[in-house]
Amino acid sequence: MIVDTRTPDPKKFIKGATGDWEIVIGMEVHAQVSAKAKLFSGASAEFGGEPNDHVSLVDAAMPGMLPVINGFCVEQAVRTGLGLKAEINRYSVFDRKNYFYPDLPQGYQISQYKQPVVGEGTETIDMPDEGRVEVGIERLHLEQDAGKSMHDQHPSMSFVDLNRSGCALMEIVSKPDMRSADEAKAYVSKLRTIMRYLGTCDGNMEQGSLRADINVSVREPGGEFGTRCEIKNVNSIRFMGQAIEYEARRQIGILEDGGTVDQETRLFDARSGETRSMRSKEEAHDYRYFPDPDLLPLQIDEAMIDDIKASLPELPDEKKARLIASYSLSDYDADILIGEQASADFFELVAKGRDGKAAANWVINELFGRLNKEGRGISDSPVSADQLGAIVDLIDEGTISGKIAKELFEIVWQEGGDPRAIVEDRGMKQVTDTGAIEAAIDEIIAANAEKAEQVKDKPNMIGWFVGQVMKSTGGKANPQAVNQILRDKLGVE
Amino acid sequence: MSELTELTISAAREGLKAKSFSAVELTQAYVTAVERARILNAYVKETPELALEMAKTSDKRLATGDAGPLEGIPLGIKDLFATKGVHTQACSHILDGFKPTYNATVTQNLFDDGAVMLGKLNMDEFAMGSSNETSYYGNVINPWRRKDSNVALVPGGSSGGSASAVAAHICAGATGTDTGGSIRQPAAFTGTVGIKPTYGRVSRWGIVAFASSLDQAGPIARDVRDSAILLKSMASPDPKDTTCVDQPVPDYEAAMTGDIRGLRVGIPKEYRVDGMPGDIDALWHQGADMLKARGAEVVEVSLPHTKYALPAYYIVAPAEASSNLARYDGVRYGLRVPSDDITEMYERTRAAGFGPEVIRRVLIGTYVLSAGYYDAYYVKAQKIRTLIKRDFEEAWSRVDVMLTPATPSAAFAPGEITDPVRMYLNDVFTVTVNMAGLPGIAVPAGLSDEGLPLALQLIGRPFDEETLFRTAQVIEEDSGYSAHPEVWW
Repeated sequence: MIVDTRTPDPKKFIKGATGDWEIVIGMEVHAQVSAKAKLFSGASAEFGGEPNDHVSLVDAAMPGMLPVINGFCVEQAVRTGLGLKAEINRYSVFDRKNYFYPDLPQGYQISQYKQPVVGEGTETIDMPDEGRVEVGIERLHLEQDAGKSMHDQHPSMSFVDLNRSGCALMEIVSKPDMRSADEAKAYVSKLRTIMRYLGTCDGNMEQGSLRADINVSVREPGGEFGTRCEIKNVNSIRFMGQAIEYEARRQIGILEDGGTVDQETRLFDARSGETRSMRSKEEAHDYRYFPDPDLLPLQIDEAMIDDIKASLPELPDEKKARLIASYSLSDYDADILIGEQASADFFELVAKGRDGKAAANWVINELFGRLNKEGRGISDSPVSADQLGAIVDLIDEGTISGKIAKELFEIVWQEGGDPRAIVEDRGMKQVTDTGAIEAAIDEIIAANAEKAEQVKDKPNMIGWFVGQVMKSTGGKANPQAVNQILRDKLGVE
Repeated sequence: MSELTELTISAAREGLKAKSFSAVELTQAYVTAVERARILNAYVKETPELALEMAKTSDKRLATGDAGPLEGIPLGIKDLFATKGVHTQACSHILDGFKPTYNATVTQNLFDDGAVMLGKLNMDEFAMGSSNETSYYGNVINPWRRKDSNVALVPGGSSGGSASAVAAHICAGATGTDTGGSIRQPAAFTGTVGIKPTYGRVSRWGIVAFASSLDQAGPIARDVRDSAILLKSMASPDPKDTTCVDQPVPDYEAAMTGDIRGLRVGIPKEYRVDGMPGDIDALWHQGADMLKARGAEVVEVSLPHTKYALPAYYIVAPAEASSNLARYDGVRYGLRVPSDDITEMYERTRAAGFGPEVIRRVLIGTYVLSAGYYDAYYVKAQKIRTLIKRDFEEAWSRVDVMLTPATPSAAFAPGEITDPVRMYLNDVFTVTVNMAGLPGIAVPAGLSDEGLPLALQLIGRPFDEETLFRTAQVIEEDSGYSAHPEVWW
């Protein structure tokens, strides 16, 4: 039975012609297990290679071949289950899902139907305008990926590449707990983050390592669940949002015209941004599931679960709570930092023994900003945590100003080197000698006597003087000192 | 040299060791015999060059003292077993031209032990049949005929080519597979010994699958000792088959002590079926008396769910088969009937590639797994299977082995049974053993009123093949069965 766990939130309603509508979304995410070998054959599970390079006799379903479970893939599924705070089923069963397709050599996919390896769990997502939302996980099961049909290689024939055939997938099924496209996007994005932390799926959507089937229905707010449509195989988070928005609008249109939504499977066309019908409920396959007699039931003992539990990394939620508590970060900054484990690690190296907020500011605004601009990841940042830490220290000590620090960051980014030595060598040190600053200020006041008079009435004009002083000192004057002395000399409160 | 083909494996083994003849001479004798017996249609692929080459290698090993337990012994291999580079088509049109790049674990084990392959043996298509009439390569003829009759008879099935070839002495021994009786029934029809080992004793890797939870390979041989020798070589643990047990293979020959004193033999009362021929019933009693005379204790046992075994079997086996045979789709190997679109290509290929019995079972299997029917058929059949297993488990507290007839009749003529359900009844005494995963051996024990071989079946505890060999040898000895078919070919 489906339980409605959410309270209708008018902020998320869609305005229709006849009134408000609420979207109900559930997801089936297919995540490729990070593993060297396929789920039931010893063949390589590496991405790429020439077509049919990574194909064993088992993958090609040669007569008499038998599957043998890859224990590491089972561990990965359990690890993911634990990361989702889910029930690990001690006994689960592999079933055959029977259908014909050229890229499915066995004529069946080995999957888990009635008894999956992982049961119910929870994923928490943080939404900017509504706070924490819990999305229920219905189950996680292991199954084989199919191969790839290629229709553009020959005028009248299709070719098949079995490199993906038999690779291990985790199908992670959520409960219908999401109520907006943004929530759905946040759900997938968080799921990807969790799996990356766990090392169980690289989450690489361009390579197809993560894709989702999205179940969408609409209803009057808080009403009975509507008839759902399943949008197949959406492979980017942006497309997921588009597909949901489009599909919800389409269903609302039908209902407002007095029609009924047909339960069907639909495809999202990224070019047109629309979904279109693939097959109706009547055309749905009868997969004739039954337990695979070639495989023994999967039994997982406590020792294995304990071992995996002991090896789990700190997960995003815990990390976020700790970062906020330890470094007084904002929720927003913490969210950005935990997006990738490497980012959080980098931040923590910078923040160690320093002011957390300052460190976060430099990591997020300067470093991430610059990395994003150049399309680089944290792992190939030209500025190391030590270097960035040194820059933060130099500001904190008052050795350089924030403005100079940005110049210094740019130098380190371009040329590398020890920031402290660069500051020393290039004379970037901040001038804190009040005598020197006073001299510069006196000079400027003398040269701009008229303005010095006006500032008494318009205190805001002091900014102009600050700028002039900074200019004349090559930006090296300590801004606080400049400000204070200017105020004293100009008689501004 | 034709007397060489009269030697059992154990006798040939001694002769080769004593250098009375060479492996090449022995193999050549069989190659000649195979050619002469083509009318039996036991072989679908003869491999004489390969056989003689293997025999030469065996002679070298025999000369250097590196001989394996089956060194130089010429065997026939059922077409269901993958043989590297050699015709492996499960006697189906749909596997036309298929030559695997691998040997099945069983064939590899046999070759590793020095066996010589004479060729691939005929069988019912995909091992579906009880008379070897469903082969794409035509019927196999039983070397046996009724008294004063020239009417051809079936050898049973599905391992009909194996049984016929062993009985006609055109191989020293053969491999078979048994899903519902496919080793034991043809052995019974041809006066040979056939054992289906415990499920998991022999690797299924490289054997074309029929019904994965029931399929098990075993030998067909001329006598009990030969079947023990062959099973010892065929069986092994195998990491490539997770349903195969990781237990060492016992020395089955050593178990044949002839001493069955105190052995508790069960006679399952439910096997006394209506309409059982008098000669079979009599043979069953004689078998029990023989064992009693050797000091065994014979007791009646009950296996109350026996009558549900055959119908349940004909749900489970086709269900698994419908899925196992899905891979024969014309895409990667074997037959392809071209067409403009993929669905039509599937339909045409499979319609042309499968024979009527295979199609029937694929349809039954697809039906019983379909939404809305799954619980009523497949789930119920699995429950029955559990009850059948439990029947046996309870009986094992009272007895060590069970004695039953192997088949409800002697061999019949091709075309004599056309009703599929009547054909399925051939397996009535054998399917329970597959459903429960137990070992069973068919051992010839006498002749029917019409002069055809009749066999008894012994059923053992899981992995207790040793008791079967020991008990079967006592029946073999005391029944004095030594009949051979007259050579008419």
